[in-house]
Amino acid sequence: MTLYGTIFYILAAALVLSTALAVTRRHPVHAIVYLVLSFWASALLFYLLGAPLLAAFEVIIYAGAVMVLFLFVVMMLKLEKLPESRFSVAQWVPAGLLSLLFLVVGGLAVLTDPQAGVGLQTARAEPRALGRFVFEKYWLPVEMISLLLLVALIAAINLGKGRGRRKISGDVES
Amino acid sequence: MIVPYGHGFILAGVVFLLGLMCILVHRNLIMTLIGVEIMMNAATIAFVTSALLWRRMEEQAFVLFIIGVAAAEVSVGLILIVTAYRRTGSLDPDRFNILKW
Repeated sequence: MTLYGTIFYILAAALVLSTALAVTRRHPVHAIVYLVLSFWASALLFYLLGAPLLAAFEVIIYAGAVMVLFLFVVMMLKLEKLPESRFSVAQWVPAGLLSLLFLVVGGLAVLTDPQAGVGLQTARAEPRALGRFVFEKYWLPVEMISLLLLVALIAAINLGKGRGRRKISGDVES
Repeated sequence: MIVPYGHGFILAGVVFLLGLMCILVHRNLIMTLIGVEIMMNAATIAFVTSALLWRRMEEQAFVLFIIGVAAAEVSVGLILIVTAYRRTGSLDPDRFNILKW
């Protein structure tokens, strides 16, 4: 196993472990802190797999902005008084078994691929080259994403203005 | 050579299923949204692996768009959760069965 392979497996183990810890926490704050670790591990994985720009974006947007947003929302809600926060085992075990089945079948399909021995060779997409590529060939999706973010911003402002405090049994607006 | 490419995809599959289990197990809307984030992260891992496998930049451009869409999705999803909490005082998805607002 090469040095890069060792780094890959270490990062993969850290990623799976921190994600598993995140999804098993009862309190959302603990889950979010473990999730930051998980996103860090995947950012390092992106760097190893030759995407330094995406690694930077992963840290800035996911581990930074999105997780801070989650923390703010958790702070806005009173979570202490919430009752039991898990579904009963009988409800999710069948679905869990089915998804495990899909994982096994998918893993077999990937591993028995005739080209399964093809290894990933180290390469790197320079940030400058990736930026030029995106803005030359995919400028329209970039504009669509910016429009989507604007729509999300307007929706968040409109919903967050406090009109939601009206009770369910309150007066019906005409 | 780093690893056989299948290992990257299997890693993405494992992380995706962890996100799915997060949605299935928790009776809490914030944990549901966290599960969606984990699943999107798994999709980006698969994209980056395939970008390295086929030596193209299209996949990396797609990862950029996935991150943008995830940011928009999480902001709208969180504000919906806050609105629902203000109305019902609960984060249990089973409580939100009234479509009449």
